[in-house]
Amino acid sequence: MNNFLENLDRRWIFLGMGLSIAVPMLLGLQFPEEPSLMVDDVFTAVDKLPEGSNILMAYDYDPASKGELEPMAAAFTRHCGRKKHKLYFITLWPAAVPMLKQNIDILESEFGDDYTYGENYVNLGFRPGNEGAIKVIVSDLSELYTNDVNGDSLTEIPMTKNIKNIQQMDLIINVSAGTPGAKEWVQYAATPFKIKMVAGVTGVGAPPLYPYIPAQLSGLLGAIKAGAEYEQALLAAYPDLKDNPKSQEALRRMGPQLIAHIYIVALILLGNVIFFTGRRRGASQ
Amino acid sequence: MNLNQKISVILVVVAGGFLAFRATTGEFGKVYSKTTPVEFSEKVKKKVGDSVTPWTKETVVDRRETRDESGALKPDVHVNLSLTIGLWVAAFGTLCMMSFLIGDNFLYKFVESVVIGTSAAYAMVTGFWTGIVQNLFGKLTPDLVRSTVLPGVPEEQAADLLYIIPLGLSVLMLWRLAPVGTWVSRWPLAFFIGATAGIRLIAYLESDFVLQIGSTIIPVVVLAADGSFDWLASLKNVTIIVSVLVCLVYFFFSFEHRGAVGAAARVGIWVLMITFGAGFGMTVMGRIALISDRLSFLFYDWLWLPKPGIDS
Repeated sequence: MNNFLENLDRRWIFLGMGLSIAVPMLLGLQFPEEPSLMVDDVFTAVDKLPEGSNILMAYDYDPASKGELEPMAAAFTRHCGRKKHKLYFITLWPAAVPMLKQNIDILESEFGDDYTYGENYVNLGFRPGNEGAIKVIVSDLSELYTNDVNGDSLTEIPMTKNIKNIQQMDLIINVSAGTPGAKEWVQYAATPFKIKMVAGVTGVGAPPLYPYIPAQLSGLLGAIKAGAEYEQALLAAYPDLKDNPKSQEALRRMGPQLIAHIYIVALILLGNVIFFTGRRRGASQ
Repeated sequence: MNLNQKISVILVVVAGGFLAFRATTGEFGKVYSKTTPVEFSEKVKKKVGDSVTPWTKETVVDRRETRDESGALKPDVHVNLSLTIGLWVAAFGTLCMMSFLIGDNFLYKFVESVVIGTSAAYAMVTGFWTGIVQNLFGKLTPDLVRSTVLPGVPEEQAADLLYIIPLGLSVLMLWRLAPVGTWVSRWPLAFFIGATAGIRLIAYLESDFVLQIGSTIIPVVVLAADGSFDWLASLKNVTIIVSVLVCLVYFFFSFEHRGAVGAAARVGIWVLMITFGAGFGMTVMGRIALISDRLSFLFYDWLWLPKPGIDS
């Protein structure tokens, strides 16, 4: 048995992983989530702002990290929509423009009457320059942005004509998959100009950002788990969202997560058992 | 036939059989949309008058909302061919990428090359229109850009001749492609590296050095609002302070790691290992989320399997 397991083709492991994700997904396995303190901090930062506050929605992720960050970004957009905040969509990633569009689709389909383009939300699109772009728009927006994503002049759009720079934002919400992302927004906007900021990042990106909390970052959502907790917090605050299945995407993904994690833990334990029994057998021989 | 080939053949037969079965039992793999007219702004109407050609846009319709009560397709909804082809290409690409799990193969390499090429081209085109056209020439020659490619450039915007400097540096940068004088490209490169280093140095000093030290200077004894000892908050603060100190000791090589210094350094290693472990755990969670997203796409967007919570 030991010999069989030691020489097991790795593709059986892959198949097991595929099944441990696919089966719970198809069965709709879902578990209750309880928002953690960190998620509560992020939720409160958005929720406590007065209605109609200016929020910079800096969504810096592309299709490669969509699976992890899209539910989180959608939850942020939905929450801001509920609060009737004024949303300024922006990205420093060229491939993130369709991601902005997907979030704007949420506003248009779910808050159509409350949200008019140019009055309640605007899509500023992408600008190159990485952290250089942040450094510029934090002091002068028009230096980098004269037009929105449709090519219309910002001086003719009601909600942008009086915006001099992003210091006028009440909150920065950044959803980030890497560089430039949350770290750069903290370094070049939130820290030097004391702009309040919350972020949602990938699992890989979360640990290096925790030291910024709470002085430089009001809160952080790390990976799909925090996204699911944020959705849960939204459901608790706005129970009518239960009728909108699209608002529970991260919650649905947590069933496969749990089973896949149990599978990985089982494999780690099994690997150790095989290793130690093999070593003991070798020593006895 | 080797093992890889056998596995591939079995997978292709099973997948083909399933697709054939799916085709006989119902619809799948289509994208529906409806055509809506585009409203022009007053500014455009004023500019072009009645000569404006009507524009329309395609809005994707959820497949569950395409039929009326009798089961017939709604009159304003139709199958969108280009998006349907896109859906099948995306499904094919996903499966080709996943085929790497069986072993390196031609399909994986082909799709990988397509992704890299497409991403590079997309970034280049987006960068050209936003960086060069809008930000550089839009500032240097606003009238020309307004009258040719970007009517939305503000009327009041005057030419900013300061932008000749970045234009000149860009030309010098591209000079490395010239047959002679390629050394010229080092000048803009030197400027760029110097400026970036300076900007980053200040940001790191403030954000990651001074403020991070400030965040570590915290009380080890925390009292609650009613004056009682808050042992949980105190323990948290002590953990932060001790962890920072022992990690610093681990990277302090002026003394040999023996005795008290060695013990602190060993605790430092443990703290680092816990941090790496947390990072690895988060990474695993992220990777599972990505595969969940791809399987969700294949099951629900492509194969139209019933989605729990939505279809049942």
